[in-house]
Amino acid sequence: MEQTNFQLKKQDAQSHDEWDARLHRATRATREDWMGRGISYLCIGVIILVVASMLWFITSKGIATFTQNHVSLWKFLSGTNWAPDQGQIGALPMIVGSFAVTFAAAIVATPFAVGTAIFMTEISPNKGRKLLQPVIELLVGIPSVVYGFIGLAVVVPFMRHLVGGSGFGIISATFVLFVMVLPTITTMTVDSLRAVPRHYKEASLALGATRWQTVSRVILRSATPGILTAVIFGMARAFGEALAVQMVIGNAAIMPKNLISPASTLTSQLTTGIGDTIDGTLPNNALWSLALILLLMSLFFNALVRFIAKRGQLKNGR
Amino acid sequence: MLKQYSFEKTAVQTFPDNVSLAMRTENLQVFYGANHAMHDADLGFPKNQITALIGASGSGKSTYLRSLNRMNDNIATVTGKIWYHGVDINEPNVNIYEIRRHIGMVFQRPNPFAKSIRENIVYALKANGFKGKAELEERVETSLKGAALWDEVKDSLDKSALALSGGQQQRLCIARSIAMEPDVLLLDEPCSALDPISTVKVEETLLELQKKYSIIIVTHNMQQAARVSSQCAFFHLGHVMEYTPTATMFSNPQIPATQDYISGSFG
Repeated sequence: MEQTNFQLKKQDAQSHDEWDARLHRATRATREDWMGRGISYLCIGVIILVVASMLWFITSKGIATFTQNHVSLWKFLSGTNWAPDQGQIGALPMIVGSFAVTFAAAIVATPFAVGTAIFMTEISPNKGRKLLQPVIELLVGIPSVVYGFIGLAVVVPFMRHLVGGSGFGIISATFVLFVMVLPTITTMTVDSLRAVPRHYKEASLALGATRWQTVSRVILRSATPGILTAVIFGMARAFGEALAVQMVIGNAAIMPKNLISPASTLTSQLTTGIGDTIDGTLPNNALWSLALILLLMSLFFNALVRFIAKRGQLKNGR
Repeated sequence: MLKQYSFEKTAVQTFPDNVSLAMRTENLQVFYGANHAMHDADLGFPKNQITALIGASGSGKSTYLRSLNRMNDNIATVTGKIWYHGVDINEPNVNIYEIRRHIGMVFQRPNPFAKSIRENIVYALKANGFKGKAELEERVETSLKGAALWDEVKDSLDKSALALSGGQQQRLCIARSIAMEPDVLLLDEPCSALDPISTVKVEETLLELQKKYSIIIVTHNMQQAARVSSQCAFFHLGHVMEYTPTATMFSNPQIPATQDYISGSFG
């Protein structure tokens, strides 16, 4: 049956026009192709729409402070007095607070993360895979409110005992963020160490270099772009973390004078204030401006990661 | 079909006492878990000569070679003795880092570090506390000259080593090894990833280097073994079947297995 059908078709297409028509006709295969392409274009379209409208929304709301309420950008960035009800919106205390906890957490966490990663990849890969990997994956999965709660119940009282004061402040936030970014930096560092070609290690060992020399001068060196990327991802997480930080930093919108007095970050101020403001007023717009800074910073972190990836490639000569 | 050759019938030469040997193995056995990869290798390597280890894939020649500078540590179990300057360096309390400084190795795939040409050479020197800018510079030059690479790279020592061609990379790896001024140089199929012209250059380099170093080279390529080596060992399924001067092996093989291998009946 099949065969006769085929022959019939073959016979009825004889002239050039007939062949032309047949070879341009849509079949099931082409329709499936269109469908598949259509679905994926639709998905990507929706995502682009969502992202673009978020960007537009935050930007337009965020610049309202400057366009509608006529606050000068410089005053917003350099002012130290945050009292939106009274028309005072100096965001510097929050900017400083955010950067302080971010950098402090990254500086404390990086050595621990790199050390752990070296242990997991070079010193004891078996134990690393069986013991440490699950522990670190667990740490990633713990919700931030739990970290914040532990910070509030353990870290804050501990700091109060240790250094006095209320215990709330940048140092408590740093400690909580340190634990939160540690797994992020560690897992990504592990990946970049595992990606170092095995033959580098072999070559180094065959030259009589010790294991430590090999790790410190060959493996870490060629994994450096990856490790930097890991640190930046950790910083991005620390910079954007709201809940846990809000629970331990004390939420005082004043310029932090030391590490142990209450302070606030962009995120903590945003979550603290968002419920108390009315849409369209200056206090509300000011919070949107804080959100805009967060958005710009995350774009900056992303750009930095891309830049490092590119530089890393150049360094490796290919 | 692969013939069953008797492992009892072997022809392995030993050297008289007046031939000085760079190294010698005695009853060397290698096990990968339960897999007995190398049986009873008793080979001596005369000083300042090139010894070729030939045989089909899986014959144990690379395994044997890697045992000689303890690169099989943590990978395989190696029993037996490896004599080097009268010391059994297969003992567990021997300093493996010191061994590898004296017994250098070049791998099948060129594996320069992602550093500049200069840094590739001074890496091991610095790691061993070798200091002094002028001395390091001099070592860079002499080792690159030793590996016949100097003229090609002398103006681009700070360029990435990965930008070199495969053959140049392999000669850089040789230069990197001889910068440590080892006694013995082990080469594990150094030319199998190279084109014929690069291969010729590496071979010429080796012939020059044997004046200063004792060289042991694993090769798949029988012509290469015939061209460069003075002694030749034929490995088959984890056994050393024949070990004779190269000229003898290729003109007058002593046992059927060797005869069949070098005439191309298998392998």
